[in-house]
Amino acid sequence: MRRPLTISQREDLHGRLLVGPTVIVVLLFAVLPFLAVVLFAFLDVRLVDIPRLYIDNLVFTGENVAAVWNSPRFWSAAVTTAVYAAASSAGAVLVGLAVALALRRPFRGRGLIRAMVLVPYVLPVVAAATIWKTLLNPGYGLVNAVGVEWLGWAEPIAFLTTTSRDLGPFAVPVALLCVIAFEVWKTFPLAFLFITARLQVVPEDVEEAAQIDGAGKTRVFRHLLLPELAGVMALLAVLRFLWSFQNFNDIYLLTGGAGGTEVLAVRVYSELVVRANIGTASATGLLMTGMLLVVVAVYAWLIRRERA
Amino acid sequence: MSETRTENPRHPIVSPEGENVVPLGDSGNRGPKPRGATRLRRARRTTEDRVLGVLRFIVIAGAVVVTAGPLLYGVLLSVRPFQSVMSEPLDLVPSLDEVTFDAYPTAIAEYGLGGNMWNSLQVALATAALAILLSVLGAYAAVRLRFFGRGTVNVVFLGVYLLPGIVLAVPLFVLLSRVGLTGSLAGLVFVYVAQTVPVALYMLRTYLVAIPSSVDESAMIDGCGRLALIRRVVLPLALPGVAATALYVFMIAWNEYLFALLFLVADRDRWTVSLGIAQLTEFSVPTTVLMAGSIAITVPVVAGFFLAQRLLVTGLTSGAEKG
Repeated sequence: MRRPLTISQREDLHGRLLVGPTVIVVLLFAVLPFLAVVLFAFLDVRLVDIPRLYIDNLVFTGENVAAVWNSPRFWSAAVTTAVYAAASSAGAVLVGLAVALALRRPFRGRGLIRAMVLVPYVLPVVAAATIWKTLLNPGYGLVNAVGVEWLGWAEPIAFLTTTSRDLGPFAVPVALLCVIAFEVWKTFPLAFLFITARLQVVPEDVEEAAQIDGAGKTRVFRHLLLPELAGVMALLAVLRFLWSFQNFNDIYLLTGGAGGTEVLAVRVYSELVVRANIGTASATGLLMTGMLLVVVAVYAWLIRRERA
Repeated sequence: MSETRTENPRHPIVSPEGENVVPLGDSGNRGPKPRGATRLRRARRTTEDRVLGVLRFIVIAGAVVVTAGPLLYGVLLSVRPFQSVMSEPLDLVPSLDEVTFDAYPTAIAEYGLGGNMWNSLQVALATAALAILLSVLGAYAAVRLRFFGRGTVNVVFLGVYLLPGIVLAVPLFVLLSRVGLTGSLAGLVFVYVAQTVPVALYMLRTYLVAIPSSVDESAMIDGCGRLALIRRVVLPLALPGVAATALYVFMIAWNEYLFALLFLVADRDRWTVSLGIAQLTEFSVPTTVLMAGSIAITVPVVAGFFLAQRLLVTGLTSGAEKG
């Protein structure tokens, strides 16, 4: 007869059994596919080959990675992606901070406004993109109607297809700015939430003492609030950067990658669906993941140095 | 938010008494401040204060316009006749005799959005049910049990959370086509579950930590097995949190676009709402119908969000306190 398990052995067994199903799903639908991406990146395989794909007849090649690495279109997409991700994450955190500070002190109706501010974050992205496309439409969109009627624009602007437009001495990347604005609009609520939550636990006595000593609000913010918020803002900026860097939906739905907005995620999609090449799509995705890992590593290193 | 979950099972947001101390509502802040004292101290408002006051008003007004505006614009366009939208883009508010709701039945029946909604409902419900089932068990284990590999599991989940969806989409598309699961709603459900379980687990942990473990112990002493304990004791206590998490997962599944596009685009009968609306924009469908469709698929999500807003917010931001 087996001896009954000790309490800690039983805890160990139960813990593993309870986490088991989750681990299996995650392994099958996330970890295994990621390993497959690494494999596919070095295979000569196209969409038409799928029915004949067996583990024992794989043709290895280094050409996918080489082709992607040497493609100017990949690098220009990489630059666009970096600009897009950096601008959207900085924008989201700064707008989130501004709104969180503005809504810090209670007033009548604040609860409703707080809830309303979160709406862009929960909207279906397709609905949001469809409404934005209508707003920016050159023919009947509100923005162009206002611009032509009241702001004296000579002609409507095709916001989502215009790569660049001269504004005085500057060339403005119109479509890219639009997709960045959309991303900031859609994601600042999350930054707002986190900064608000952090603001609620900032010790209030120091702030009051500073105000009694005559420090203005700007100084209180710079010397007391900002250091308190710096950690959560940095974390948010990094997380937003990672997510915006891989964003496919918003850009594909708004511009389809036209007008100088082709980001890496859209390249992966078009390699897969338009060119039907699984190998180059995977290679693009793999290089993209590598870039993300570099960002994560730099952040982890900075945090560690900070703590040391 | 992700950083804290690997190393800090007891979130600081939860007070030792086990109740959440940071609701995001009006009452959330500290007690009322002595108004008289404030007025005495700063008898004259400085220029700085006045400028900041104006800025504050502008930020709040701007935030309201920018967040609610597009949705309101969609609603207004959806009830105007198509001709008038085309000819008078600036007349936002339709006159009463002009208002028409025809675009809604057109979108739902004629353009097949009704069928899409049915598909999305099935997918989102199945995803929420499965993800909750898995993550309740996982979150309980993560909060209460010490087991071999707990740390590793957490790191793997965090990694999955950060892996680009578009990168996973390539092999998932290939592998699922290979086994014939693309073109089925079931394949989509599995992918969604894998994508949402880490978030659900993270949110549920926050709610479970708030339940004192003495409850477990007394149930165990009374002879309750582990699964019965979870079902009969822990689950009822954490029910609001579980409901909020389920709603969040439901929203993600309902809103998802990329995987639906890759897996189902060829099969019109299986389109989800996101795919349905996105495909309609490719054809020359009247804008009013598109707006009506967009609003129709948005209403369930926004309504659910407003119902569970407070709980959702606590679950999502619990990691922020640490900074």
